[in-house]
Order: sequence, then structure tokens, then C-alpha cells
Amino acid sequence: MNSSMLFDISAGAYIAAMIIYVIYLVVKNRTVGVVATSMTIFGFVSQSAAFIIRWVNSYSFWLASNPTSGFVESLLRAAPLRNLYESLVFFVWSLILIHLLIEFKYKIRSLGAFVTPVAALALLFIDISGTTKEIQPLMPALQSNWLLFHVLLAFLGYAAFGVSFGAAAAYIIMITESKKEKTYIFWSVITGIFLVVLIGMGIDFLSLSAVERKELIQSHFLKATFRSESGGVVVISWLASFVFVSAIWRYGHRLKKVLSSMSITANMLDEITYKSIAVGFPLFTLGGLLMGAIWANSAWGKYWSWDPKETWSLITWFVYALYIHARYVGGWRGKRVAVLAVVGFIAVIFTYLGVNLVLSGLHSYGSQ
Amino acid sequence: MEEKKKKDIFEEAWRFLSSVKLAIFTLIILALSSIIGTIVEQQAEPAKNITLLAKFFGDSAAPAVYNVFAKLGFMDMYHSWWFLSLLLLFSINLIVCTLDRFPTTLRLVRTPLGPLAENVLRTLPVKKELKFKTSLNIVKDEIANIMNLSKYRVLEANKDDAIQLYSQKGKYARFGVYIVHLSIILILLGAIIGVRFGFGGFLNLPEGQESDVAYTSGGKEIPLGFSVKCNWYDTKYYEGMDMPQDFKSELVVMDGGREVLKKVIEVNSPLTYKGITFYQSSYGMVPNATGYFVLNITPSGGNSNIIWLKAGESFDIPGTGTRGTIVNFSPALTQDKRTGALMTYAENMVNPAVAIRFDGPGQQQFTGWILKRYPDTGILSGGHKVELVDYWGVEYTGLQVSKDPGVWLIYIACIIMAIGLYIAFFMSHKKLWINIAHESPGSKGPVRITVGGSTSRNRLAFEKEIEHLLSKASHAIEGRSRK
Ligand code: HEM
Repeated sequence: MNSSMLFDISAGAYIAAMIIYVIYLVVKNRTVGVVATSMTIFGFVSQSAAFIIRWVNSYSFWLASNPTSGFVESLLRAAPLRNLYESLVFFVWSLILIHLLIEFKYKIRSLGAFVTPVAALALLFIDISGTTKEIQPLMPALQSNWLLFHVLLAFLGYAAFGVSFGAAAAYIIMITESKKEKTYIFWSVITGIFLVVLIGMGIDFLSLSAVERKELIQSHFLKATFRSESGGVVVISWLASFVFVSAIWRYGHRLKKVLSSMSITANMLDEITYKSIAVGFPLFTLGGLLMGAIWANSAWGKYWSWDPKETWSLITWFVYALYIHARYVGGWRGKRVAVLAVVGFIAVIFTYLGVNLVLSGLHSYGSQ
Repeated sequence: MEEKKKKDIFEEAWRFLSSVKLAIFTLIILALSSIIGTIVEQQAEPAKNITLLAKFFGDSAAPAVYNVFAKLGFMDMYHSWWFLSLLLLFSINLIVCTLDRFPTTLRLVRTPLGPLAENVLRTLPVKKELKFKTSLNIVKDEIANIMNLSKYRVLEANKDDAIQLYSQKGKYARFGVYIVHLSIILILLGAIIGVRFGFGGFLNLPEGQESDVAYTSGGKEIPLGFSVKCNWYDTKYYEGMDMPQDFKSELVVMDGGREVLKKVIEVNSPLTYKGITFYQSSYGMVPNATGYFVLNITPSGGNSNIIWLKAGESFDIPGTGTRGTIVNFSPALTQDKRTGALMTYAENMVNPAVAIRFDGPGQQQFTGWILKRYPDTGILSGGHKVELVDYWGVEYTGLQVSKDPGVWLIYIACIIMAIGLYIAFFMSHKKLWINIAHESPGSKGPVRITVGGSTSRNRLAFEKEIEHLLSKASHAIEGRSRK
């Protein structure tokens, strides 16, 4: 068993778990729920093994080009948190870890149906963005002890935010009453578009050769559907998406019914949203912002240079500080704070991927 | 009348500046406006941003939009007057809010905990009731004992026939928020000190040269008060790849005509002297420079010998009669994949190579390329070896030079913030009252205990803790009453 095989197994398990969690939401059968959880645990165990094996491999890789490096130093430098691929993988791992902890603590299984899609999306993104999976040598700026702690804590924070996003999304779905409500339209259309893009990327992926897959995001994005050469395919894609999004809007309230008939309450989701932000916020502040600044100071002589990556972390931080104050002191409750939690996670995604793919920056992984 | 009005205005302003509403407003504006500066490239040449704006507004409108944006300070927005004013408003809000609330918190923490009437106790967020068929004193002793073991310092009050035990834990957790807020102010202070008393500059220093100034990004000289010399600069590559493994330069600090410090700096390992720090940040080629070829000559079985030569000069391989002459140089040599011809593929010294013509009495003349990164290219027939150590004097090291007397404050603030966040989010102020009395007053019937508690956060965990305490106490009580 090598690391990438184990990793593929875990990815498969997570995606299966996602499907089973959704089935569980609908059929409410306890056995189905237990299967979903076991599948998640199975995926988690194999991913942990994959992580350790990769660390070991990466350790020998580092030693090969730095034979004089000591044991602890090599171990730190070899931590598999060194590029986009590895950090996405770690994000998925932390997300599942936190999800499992919450599932056992609060005894709510249905949250899985909202957290596993976030993991599945990250996994899918790994494959279709064409980011390299090879163990790569470390560029000079990354050869710092701060890097490991910076990335480790920041990603645990991101994962906690990911859970809060899942809970807040479920909350919003649960409390919207009528199809005409803005929040209802907000979540049903966003979910619809999200799924359409996901399906579109899936079709791309299936129709591309291995070489083309590597650059899907750069040049083949939605080539098999919306951007197809054949006009017929384009029209069908638009029609299908329209029908799909309308269907979600039309039947989305069933999801709400399903949620309300489970043993979860809106209060519980609100509580989980707040709790995970209360865990994510200190982790992200310490790891993402403070250690990032210390690392930048030791590498470039400036702890803060307002480059896009730093600024977007700060924006993310502002949004979550906003959430905390609005809810804890400002007396905001319900929809308004839940929307803030969703916005916060969109800021996280942008900090993490948008800045690399869309904007360029001083320490963007993407530019490399 | 006038007095009262003044006071009203002052109170209005105070209420406004201490309000959390203002904080929410400022945070939203800060978050939204910060986005602008991540899209518009900051402190860049106008042409760059005009090109960018043309993508959104079209070619014809772009210059006009640029002018408006520039007037609004968007081209250097994090230093614009309005962004700095927002930060100032944010800090004032934070300070006033703290001054407003701190006395209350302080009073709360200082006021000793007192007993509660039983009916008040029953209205607390966390409550619980239990009964025991044993004496008051046994119940009291065991509960007090268990609470003490769990680090609750127990106080006791007696009223009529009832006993009340009460205690609080973690009252200082109330200060966590203030510690976090204080650290934010300290970070801003540290930043101000850095901007006011420090500088950020750069210095491109060619190999072998010395400078007693650095430069601002605007090109102005910043005197250092001493001088710094670059002995050499070197890029190390990963074996077989064009990926840099390390950027290094050897710097020497000269102060008062004496060498005081010498250090090889790398990307994550700078040199600091008299509060000024030199960071390895870039490198490049000095235009039109000629330098020295540093060769390491090792005759088969002999000792190696380092020599320095200029282009066109010759050397002997000792004891062989072979002469080498330097005839060509390429900073980045490669072979064209199609034609097989040799060519230079970069201006920087990515793959430096020197062409040497070898000849000697009775030998066939030939010319070979020797590559720095591939020492095997320098092994001649007969096992003699010529290595290219460096082409010295043509590269400069790009140094970021900065002095920031505020950094220590920033670091302290980081530590304070970490501690504050821990206290604010993971610790709580818990209060607990336990009333112990006979079921019906005066009688000898079962003993009833009524527990009430409150906590500043994390109620669920507190409830569990109380349940745990009580179950331990019940065990102990039952154990004792059975004897
Ligand atoms: C981005 C900057 C800020 C950060 C990181 C921050 C952090 C925090 C944290 C961690 C808490 C504790 C929340 C909890 O226990 O759940 C808190 C509470 C609070 N913050 Fe801030 N804060 C910031 C800005 C501000 C500003 C500008 C104000 C000005 C009004 C403010 C006013 C308050 C108040 C009144 C509380 C409640 C204190 C209490 O428990 O009595 N904060 N803040």
C-alpha cells in the first residue's frame, strides 16, 4: 500500500459517506446512519495512514538533498504541508476529524450531510485543478520552522470554519419558511449553482484524457458542457442546469422538512456554528495571522506587507470578529449571523484558493 | 443649562464611541474596503493598473477611472488618509469601549461571592436537586470535600436550619476579552513605532563591493552608520533541477574601519547589526560586469588548487604540460532539444558554464564546456579535474534592509493575544451555590440539596461538570451513611 493508493481509498470512502449521509437524511434509518459514520471513520483511518506514509517518504526525499540536516529539522521540513495539494489534503483530514468529534459529542449525524460535501469538493478540486501531487523540493522561503506551525494551525482553523459553514447552511435551510423568502432563494440557488458546477467538472473530468486533466482548471474548465464546441451540447447544458436549479428551488423545502423531522433543532445548529467558530477563531488568529506575520518577518524582514494573501486573511479575520461581536455582544441572532458564518467561509475559500488562482502574491503557492 | 448640554454631548459621544454597533460598522467597512487593495496592484507603476482597469472598464475609460481611483488613494490605499482614519476610529472605539466596561468587570471580579436565597437559586441557568436519607453534616462534609478536591474554594453560610455552600472558579477569565483587545492596541502601537522610527529599504550589493547606505523604494539614500560588504553571492540548486534550494551571500560588517561581523545569510536567516537587519531577498546580474573565473584544479592523484582568472587567460594543470585557456562563458547553458546546438537560456546564472580550450605539446587541441552544477563535466582524460567554483564579481545580492524598533512590541503583543484568546474562549467564570436543608423544616426527614450555578460561557460543559461532582458526592455520601 502506498500513500496515494490509501489516499484514493479514503477519498472514495468520503464520497461514499457523503452519499450515504444524504440517504440517511431522507430515510432516517439508524443503520444507514451507522454505515455513513463507519464509512467516514474508515476513510479517516486510511487518510491518516496515507498522511504518515507521505511524511516518511518526504523525510527521505528531504534527507537526499540535505544530507547534513538533523533528525528533528528534517522531520519538520518534511511535514506534508508544503504545497497546495498537501494542504488541501490536510484540510480534508482536519475537517473530517472535527466533524467526527462533533458527531460523537452532540450525537447528531445529519450534520455529515453538510460537512462531507465540503470535503468532497476539496477532494474533487485536488484532482481537477491539476495541482501536482509529487513530493517537491522545498523552495528557500518555505524552509522555516514557522511554516509547519503556521500551516498546521491555520488549516485546523479553516476546518473548524468549514464545520461552522456546514452547520450555518443547514440552519439557514431549516429556518426559511417560504419559497419567496430571500434567504430561501439565496441558499437554493447557491446550492443549485454549486452542484451544477460540480457535475459539470465531473463530466469534464470523465471526458478528458489524463494529460488534459492536469490543466483542467486552466484551460478545460467546463469544456465538456457549457463551453463545448457543439452548440447543441451548450444549449442542453443550459437547459439542464436551469431545470436542475429550478427543481432545487421547487423541492428544496423538502430538505427543510427532512431536517426538522430529525432530532436536530435550529438552536443546536446555531450552537454548533458558534462553537466551531469559537474554536476556529483562536486557531486561525494564532496560526494564520500571528505566526504568518512572524514567519514573514524572519524571511523578508517585514511582518506585514499588505500583499493579497495577507490582506485576505485579515478580511477573513474581520468577518469572524464581526460574527463573534454581532452574536456575543451585539445581540444578533438567527439568519443574520448564520449568513455571516457562510460569508466568513467564502472569505476563507478566497483567501486560500482565490488569491492563488485569481490574484498573485508574495507567497502564493499558485505562482510556483 | 449650558453645562448640562455640554455634558449631554459628551455623554452622547461617549456612548457612540463605546458602542459595539460602531465596532460592527467599522469591521464591515474595513473588510469591504480592504478588498480594493487586493485587486488594484499597490504602489505599482500606473501602466500596470491602467491595463488592469481596462479589463473592467474598457480601454477608453481606463485612464479616467485610474485618475479617480488614484485621487481616492486606491493605488496605495492601506496608507491612504481614509484607511488610516478608519483604523484610528477602530482603535478609539476599542479603547473607549474598554474604559466604559472595564470598571464593571473589575467590580464583578472584586465583589466577594455571597450566599443566595433559595428561591433566587432556583432561577439560575443551571439547576439540580437531590435527596439523601442521612444527616445534614455528612452531606455537607462530603460535598465540601468533593468541591475542594475539584479546586472550588468552598465558603459556607448558615441560615435557620439550612446550610449553604458556595464557591466560584475562574473569575479572572472575565479579563480574557480585555487582554485580547489590549493586544490589538499594542500591535497598532508597535506598527506606529515601526513606521515612525524605523525604515524599510533595499540594497543591491555586487560581489566584492561595500556600501554605507541603503535605498528607499523611491531611490533616496538611507545612511546606515556603518558599512556592509558582500564577499560572495551564490544560488544553490536542487540536484538535477532548475529549482533553487538556497540563496546565500556572505556579508561582512565594517564599523570604524574594522571588520566587526561576518555571516552567511540565507532566506530565513538574516544578519542584524545595531538594530538594522539585512535579509536575503533577491539576486541578479550586474549589467556589463566582467569578473573572475574561480577554478579548482586537481591533477590526477595531486592536490587541488584554486586559481582566479580573467576571460582569455590561461592556466597549467601542474605536472601534465596541459594548458587551459578560458574562451567562452554562458550564465545558463543548455542544449537545444531539436538541433542539439548549445545555447544560453537565461540571463541569470541558472546553469553557469565556462568553455576552456585545452592544448599542450604533442596533444590534440580541444574545447570543452565545464558546468558548475555538474562537476563531472570537468573530468579530463587521465583523471585530471577542473571544476568551475564560481564566476565571481558579476552577480549582486539583493538585500532587504530594515530597521523596526517596534517589532519587539509586536512579538509581545502576539504572545499576549494568544494568551488572551485562550482565556476568552477556553476558560470560564463559574459560580455555584448548594443549599442543604431538611425536606421539611425542623424535621429529621431526608436531606434535600438544591444546586444552582451560572457560567460566563460553555453552559453545557458546566452542567456536565456539576453532574459529575454530584455523582461523586452521592457515592461518598451513600458509602458513609451505610456504615
Ligand atoms: C478585530 C478586532 C477584535 C477582536 C479580535 C476582538 C476579540 C474579542 C473576543 C475574542 C471577545 C470575546 C468573545 C467571546 O467571549 O465569545 C470579544 C468581546 C468583546 N469585544 Fe471585541 N474584539 C475586537 C474588536 C472590538 C472592538 C473594536 C470593540 C469596540 C466596541 C469590541 C468590543 C467588545 C465587547 C464589548 C466584547 C464583550 C466583552 C464582554 O464579554 O463583556 N471588540 N472581542
